[in-house]
Amino acid sequence: DQVLHIVPETFQQVQHLQLLHSTLLLDLWKPLMPEDIMPGEDLHIMVPAPLVQEVKDSLDQNMISYRVLIPDVQELVDQSMPRERSSYKQVRKGYIYTQYHPMEEIYQWMTQIQNNYSEMVTQHFLGMTFENRPMYYLQISQPSNKPKKIIWMDCGIHAREWISPAFCQWFVKEILQNYKSDPKIRRFLQNLDLYVLPVLNIDGYVYSWKTDRLWRKNRSPYRNGTCYGVDLNRNFNSSWGSVGVSFDCSSDVFCGSEPESEPETRAVAQFIRKKKSDIACFLTIHSYGQLILSPYGSTTKPPSNNEELIQVGKKAAAALTGKYGTSYKVGPPSLILYNNSGSSRDWAHMIGIPLSYTFELRDNGTYGFLLPADQIQPTCEETM
Amino acid sequence: DIKDVGHKYYLELELEDVLDKDSTVNCTAEVLYHLGNKNMAPDVQFTLEGELKGTEEADHVFYTRIKSLEKELVAENIPDSHGHVPPELEPLHLLAWVASGYLVWQNSTENTHLQLAQIKHVKQVKRSDKYLQFDYVVLLHEMVSQ
Repeated sequence: DQVLHIVPETFQQVQHLQLLHSTLLLDLWKPLMPEDIMPGEDLHIMVPAPLVQEVKDSLDQNMISYRVLIPDVQELVDQSMPRERSSYKQVRKGYIYTQYHPMEEIYQWMTQIQNNYSEMVTQHFLGMTFENRPMYYLQISQPSNKPKKIIWMDCGIHAREWISPAFCQWFVKEILQNYKSDPKIRRFLQNLDLYVLPVLNIDGYVYSWKTDRLWRKNRSPYRNGTCYGVDLNRNFNSSWGSVGVSFDCSSDVFCGSEPESEPETRAVAQFIRKKKSDIACFLTIHSYGQLILSPYGSTTKPPSNNEELIQVGKKAAAALTGKYGTSYKVGPPSLILYNNSGSSRDWAHMIGIPLSYTFELRDNGTYGFLLPADQIQPTCEETM
Repeated sequence: DIKDVGHKYYLELELEDVLDKDSTVNCTAEVLYHLGNKNMAPDVQFTLEGELKGTEEADHVFYTRIKSLEKELVAENIPDSHGHVPPELEPLHLLAWVASGYLVWQNSTENTHLQLAQIKHVKQVKRSDKYLQFDYVVLLHEMVSQ
């Protein structure tokens, strides 16, 4: 089907066009009514494929000049339909974990999860982002009288690392779906509560869906609104501003105006500080690089429990590799990556949380931040 | 550490064919990062222990297909936001990767780690001779400065 652009020159041409429209039942895109076809005015008319030649011949015979505005209407329709995207409605248990989801769907997912597993899951408010979006974490807790230690996991502190929130969602699903059938899961939930923050940098994540897929920071304005975003993983109070940062707002590693200057950082830090004596392990999920990073990034001086940190890290890496052969490196960023200060992992350890790790998930740079959706499942399975 | 010259690295590595993970070739290389002048690309010498697989057949298929297009090819965001590359654009993706290797080399220092992040835009340039020409805008991700 084609759309033709015609500017009739005379009333005779207008009449002929109106005749064509009524006899062949053509679809008028502009103007809407055949009576409004005027000499000197744009006419856009859609012609079904089988009639295209006939209409063009008729126009030629009547010396009416035309231009093909849209050579293939179906192609345009297909292009404008998002491919492989499920609709916004959430069918019970129908959430597709092997796709990336925008923030609206993740909010809906959290509500659904709490509804579907209400004995185990409660959704809690953490704080507001700069652009006034609520931050929620999910608490997964086996009902019991005894006090339990906490494992904290946050995802999506960097907007473009989409595999990270995908992993948090997968993780929650795996735990809840297999709780009844898997004795390992039941056993550790007897002694531990899981606190999962699926998207920490919500504003940035939304921005990476709507505007700039490779955005990293949050969206708070600096320099009178000429410059946006703080690297939230440089904004924590751990040797803040000392190394691996920039004080220039336009940098992707801008550390902010002071430690915890950002509402997102404050929301997390306040909560963790309050609960720190109960938190056994702090995990923050990133991509890419295939690394398990232990403290510290700001100095090569090892943390007090370095041996334990490395040992546990290596066990995790080995388990991960066992699944699909994906190899991970273990160690502090100061040794295996690059120096940086103000990271949440370092800060968590400095305030007393013994096991604190940054996970950098797949891959190694082949797709980098644009990890194909078909790698969500293997990445998440091996990381479980 | 070579006094007054720079830092030299001796490498032993295994090259893996992007299109056939089981096909590998061993390689030894020497990389010299120059002292002081950060604008100078590092010197690279390498030796392959074996041969790289030929790509003539795939090249020919690609060449013929592009030559037969009615209009010059234009595309953007490869891979797309979801990491997807349409199969017919995969050869253009691979070409960009190779070309980016040159850009990475020219812009590398001991403190950088560059990767191709995305092809923002690619446009075929019309030519009257037998050659194919593509203009690319590529985004490179630098790990340390992010």
